[in-house]
Amino acid sequence: MDWEYLLDLFLGGLTRGSIYALIALGYTMVYGIIELINFAHGEIYMIGAFTALIVASVLGLMGMNHIVIIILASVIAIIYSAAYGFTVEKIAYKPLRQAPRLSALISAIGMSLFLQNYVLLAQTSNFLPFPSLIPDFDFWEPYAHILTSQELVILITTAVVMILLTFLIKFTRTGKAMRATAQDKVMAALVGIDVNRIISTTFVVGSATAAIGGVLIASHIGQINFYMGFIAGIKAFVAAVMGGIGSIPGAVLGSLVLGWTESFFTGYISSDYEDVFAFLFLVVILIFRPSGILGRSETQKV
Amino acid sequence: MFSFNEIKKSLAASVWLMFLTFPILVIRVNTVENVVEWRWKNMVYAGAAAFIISFLANFLVKRKEAGNKNEKDKGNKETLFISQRLLNDKRFFFPALVVVTIFILSFPFLFSMYQTSIMSTALIYVMLGLGLNIVIGLAGLLDLGYVAFYAVGAYSYALLNHHFGITFWVALPIGGVLGAIFGIILGYPVLRLRGDYLAIVTLGFGEIIRLVLENWNAFSFGPSGISNIPRPDLFGIDLSLQANINFIYYILIGLVIFTIFVVNRLQNSRIGRAWIALREDEIACQAMGIDKAKTKLMAFALGATWAGMGGVVFAAKTTFINPASFTIWESVMILCIVVLGGMGSVIGVIVGAMVLILLPEYLRAFSEYRMLIFGTMLVTMMVFRPGGIIPDIRKKYTFEEKDK
Amino acid sequence: MMKNSFGRVLISIVLSVFMCLLISGSTFAADTIKLGVAGAHSGDLASYGIPSIKAAELVVKDINAKGGVLGKKVELLTEDDACKPEVATNTATKLVSQGVDVVLGHICSGATKAALGIYKDSKIICMSPSATNTDLTLSGDYPNFYRTIAYDDAQAQLQVKFATETLKVKSAAILHDKGDYGKGAAELAKKYAEQAGVDVKLFEGVTPGAVDYSAIVQKVKRAEVDAVIWGGYHPEASKIITLMKKERMETKFIGADGVKDDTFIKVAGKYAEGVYATGPMDVSQNPLAIAAKKAHQEAYGSDPGAFFDSAYAAALALLNAIEKAGSTDYDAVSKALKTEYVDTPLGKISFDENGDAIGIGFSVYQVENGAFKELK
Repeated sequence: MDWEYLLDLFLGGLTRGSIYALIALGYTMVYGIIELINFAHGEIYMIGAFTALIVASVLGLMGMNHIVIIILASVIAIIYSAAYGFTVEKIAYKPLRQAPRLSALISAIGMSLFLQNYVLLAQTSNFLPFPSLIPDFDFWEPYAHILTSQELVILITTAVVMILLTFLIKFTRTGKAMRATAQDKVMAALVGIDVNRIISTTFVVGSATAAIGGVLIASHIGQINFYMGFIAGIKAFVAAVMGGIGSIPGAVLGSLVLGWTESFFTGYISSDYEDVFAFLFLVVILIFRPSGILGRSETQKV
Repeated sequence: MFSFNEIKKSLAASVWLMFLTFPILVIRVNTVENVVEWRWKNMVYAGAAAFIISFLANFLVKRKEAGNKNEKDKGNKETLFISQRLLNDKRFFFPALVVVTIFILSFPFLFSMYQTSIMSTALIYVMLGLGLNIVIGLAGLLDLGYVAFYAVGAYSYALLNHHFGITFWVALPIGGVLGAIFGIILGYPVLRLRGDYLAIVTLGFGEIIRLVLENWNAFSFGPSGISNIPRPDLFGIDLSLQANINFIYYILIGLVIFTIFVVNRLQNSRIGRAWIALREDEIACQAMGIDKAKTKLMAFALGATWAGMGGVVFAAKTTFINPASFTIWESVMILCIVVLGGMGSVIGVIVGAMVLILLPEYLRAFSEYRMLIFGTMLVTMMVFRPGGIIPDIRKKYTFEEKDK
Repeated sequence: MMKNSFGRVLISIVLSVFMCLLISGSTFAADTIKLGVAGAHSGDLASYGIPSIKAAELVVKDINAKGGVLGKKVELLTEDDACKPEVATNTATKLVSQGVDVVLGHICSGATKAALGIYKDSKIICMSPSATNTDLTLSGDYPNFYRTIAYDDAQAQLQVKFATETLKVKSAAILHDKGDYGKGAAELAKKYAEQAGVDVKLFEGVTPGAVDYSAIVQKVKRAEVDAVIWGGYHPEASKIITLMKKERMETKFIGADGVKDDTFIKVAGKYAEGVYATGPMDVSQNPLAIAAKKAHQEAYGSDPGAFFDSAYAAALALLNAIEKAGSTDYDAVSKALKTEYVDTPLGKISFDENGDAIGIGFSVYQVENGAFKELK
């Protein structure tokens, strides 16, 4: 039994899963609050990566310190993604709160197309190299061949983000308000919660996590492209559903499960059918647990 | 006329948008050549555009809300959309029908080969839209993997022709039947799923079919696709390109009419009403004694049949197919046609297909901005008319109180 | 009723736009030679198609300044097919409807296959600067098709020959991007590799645009092969080679013309050192190529992109053939293409009876000090 291989695949899956998790969190939070599959979420992730690249390039040309560049680029990327998320919600989803669900879905799709092409036209269709913002840490060198510095940072960041989010949801007033709004919007409004503000906050937080994911994965892979949000978005959405959409631990769990499934399947069987297997796995899980792994099984009221 | 408040709001929107688009629009980065380009003009454009658009949007939204209020105040009178009103008027209906029929029949001779060709493409999508309408519009099952059945139809013709020399006309019904079978295969595992879980699983199925076609070379020739698929023949006579394109157009007109006829009949039949009941309230539907499983499977199967047939025509029309034509985006497009056109209404789907397929072709003049405009249009349409261009008017039986 | 009138307004706008464009779409310009340029001008493969438009624009500008072809001005008709077969058929139909005389395109092999059916029936010559699928010329199905780039079989043979003879490769892993071009190239590489006695331990496809490739890289590492042969484009190649180098793998990496692109080096950075790629023979010393590059820089302010040289050559070849043939008649132009030689950035070329260009070929390059160096 080749343990080293197994470990490599395990860690690879963990990294993959972490990236999916950062995006899936945004999906699941938005869905929990307004029951909308935010197709444009993948594009927010992509915009985060692009913004970081732009800021990093400009600062780099100005000759700033490397650490300063990383921090500024990431922070600005997060701010901008959050702003985009906020704006998208106000333009494309808020007017459709009373409308049939499918209309909001189409609006989301339209927004996704719009953002993709907006970045394509404003920037370029080429793949742009992304500088590795995460330096190779010296103290980690001996272990670098098992897990690179980038991967380590990704894992730690995802863990931290998840802890912070759980803290936000469980222990803060805003978190409580979010949970209340997710359960019953009308009731939440009646007890004095500003529903609009909470929904906007949800979008902002979700988009911020996606931006973090965007910056990290861009550093890890080394290049970005206007189309990267679409595929990552679909995978993250599958992960969120697998874990139970609407549940934050579910999103992370689903993402990790998806990451491991793909990694092990590629490693031991074949990379060709990797995605097929991932989807089949999803179907199997949903057959046995129709609301996802950690989803609440909804009792239908008559 | 325009209050200061509105101007203030639009200014705020304009400033916000300038801030928002600053990095991406103004700074162009090329990390391959390590250049950074500053385009300040864009910021001005963005600001100006934002101001105008937000002004317009606020104006239109106010009018829409005023209109809604008026409706509520006027009570329960049926507000029929203008086209329905016209259609109900017998004096208008028949002459219009005659004019439209003549127009449709003479289309290929009035317009160039290119126009006929894209009209044919639009007609295929009308068929697809009507099929998906059964699943989503009537039965309320959110199917995001509809393209799988389309692929099944296309590949069935291509492969049957390649291996057994089966001609178009024989393949057409076979494509439909195969589509239905796959519809049932898809429907079976998802019977228990609801709402968005159903959506993601159907999306998964769409992808699975595409990926299998892409990777199983021995069966489907993989990404290189199948080429030299014969066009439909007229009793064995070989037609020139122009004549063939016209021929396909007429075949499609026939198929579309057939589809509309069948769908209309289905809508008003027992199974149609069962679907609508399913869409409205699953539990009540079950309580009324309708077999949920059978109804759902019928919806999937019948919906998929049209996709299968559409696929066969598609293969015959483009003469070359490969898995890249059957991605998630296709499913999304067909979904947009159904929703944009107006879920449940046949005319709505037709209009939706025409707009969504023909518009990108006509917007070729704006080639670079095509998809951008398309995306904007989707959002705008949904925000201002969430019911679709032509929403479905259901038969309502109302009882009015005689005395007050 | 507000809702009704809005709907009315919207529909009338749509219909009137529809009508306008419908009518405008079928105008025929004055007597000119129409050169159609078709390819991926939008979508994710746009960077492979846009340079061809620029090449055609430069050639047409140049030739019109010298008096045009057969005394008439050359008119450029640009149409986008987004590398999708079904869009390509519409594109082809549109070009034919507009009375195009010759077509430069398409870019992707799949789209080209779809469009050729239309061009063949309308007797229009189509020349591609980038479609490398072997069947396009060798199957004989498309006598109206020519290309200014060598086909995949030639590249695969060169790759394997180089790998076995120069690099002494005994075992290989062949990866591809599951795409039309990539998988085709990989399968050919597999065929020739097995013929040459190389042990192909792995033959797999990766999903382009995936978030992480460590699993497949681990698999390759475990297989302990001498070389990885990649069929596909440079974005995935750079991701894979970066991971491979980070894993400290010594495996050689051999790509095809999808990888031989400066962007690959820029993206992979220091990890691109030592990577081999086959590509069209180096023409950077060719005076016409130098002039064309300079013209591009002056007109557009940047360096030319993928397939610029071959597109430039194709445009020149097509227009030259019309001039030499004395008309735009299909048979005359075909004959001219096969008998006449024309000076292009690729050298002095002509075409054989299958439509492949004579006078061009592939070489092996290696990345050395941040640039591709041709290996003799």
